Amino acid sequence: MVSGFQFPAQDWRADIYAALKRQHIIQVGYVPDAGHATLIQALHADPAMKVTVLTTEEESVALLAGADLGGERGVLLMQSSGVGNCVNMFALLRSCGFPFITLVTMRGEWAEFNPWQVPMGQSTPQTLERAGFVVYRVEHAAEAGAVTEAAIRLAYDSAQPVAVLLSQRLIGAKAF
Amino acid sequence: MLLRRDAVVILLADRPPDLLTIAGLGSATYDLAAGDDARNFYLWGAMGGALALGLGLARAQPSKRVLVLTGDGELLMGLASLATVGVQAVQNLAVAVLDNEVYGETGGQASHTAHGIELAAVARACRFREAVTVRTPEALGGLRDLLLHAPGPVLGVIKTAASEVPRVLPERDGHVLRRRFRRAVLGERG
Repeated sequence: MVSGFQFPAQDWRADIYAALKRQHIIQVGYVPDAGHATLIQALHADPAMKVTVLTTEEESVALLAGADLGGERGVLLMQSSGVGNCVNMFALLRSCGFPFITLVTMRGEWAEFNPWQVPMGQSTPQTLERAGFVVYRVEHAAEAGAVTEAAIRLAYDSAQPVAVLLSQRLIGAKAF
Repeated sequence: MLLRRDAVVILLADRPPDLLTIAGLGSATYDLAAGDDARNFYLWGAMGGALALGLGLARAQPSKRVLVLTGDGELLMGLASLATVGVQAVQNLAVAVLDNEVYGETGGQASHTAHGIELAAVARACRFREAVTVRTPEALGGLRDLLLHAPGPVLGVIKTAASEVPRVLPERDGHVLRRRFRRAVLGERG
């Protein structure tokens, strides 16, 4: 099944959606986020996707571990601030060898207006690496689909925690 | 007062073959391990994550019953997951809270439930179909029916004595526990 949602033309989020479908992602956890908003709309419109809106990102670390125990693949969509919310729960992944993939929209790095976003945004890559993640980064729209697909394959074929950082330059700095 | 281990034995006696069980860290894991089974998944960490993990499993295996067995302290750390579960209205998910009103692992400090915070009331406010609190052995039969058979999400708080029972320590290697559980549920694919 496919989403009834129509992406705008030339939208890199459509490439990410296609990569999720090709790699048999079924469960999605997300905390509402402007950078992921279009993708979230598309996923909600796809009846094959089991989408869970979270109160905090760490819920999804456990949620997707449970999905794996039941034989389903999943993805966590979050903003860089959410990475900090997950840190202790990330231990579950390495303790049990769970595959895990998260797509992280970055704040606090490219023309950021809100200084409160900078501390967590700037420490996001190191936080993930210290938690044992393989970290990819997408700077250009043309590579979003391919990087996402490679990251999912690494996560599930090699049972690793993997993060894809979608740079703030790619997403566009938030305007106030 | 109910003894936690006795309550778990009654809830899981002659367990149905399609019952999958997740135990939150601490005493709930030891209680579940007293009746070890490949369809049990024990958490030795991830405090606050047992319910969310049960939700992911329940959504992946809608034809199976998923029971999350945890303590009051573990559920309190992930209390907002009650709201997340309520949004999804998963029919095959049940939660049993062994509520001794203390943090037994860390020296018996009083938990929020010792001060009148009612977990069953929170679950009802989060749109659980039914959420009850039981205090007597006579109530456990009805609670078992609720947790194993009623349309979920449902939650039962079992008020237990704060006394310690002998610890039954299950496998600690999470990789082993994951593989064992997946094989039991998914067969060759696991």
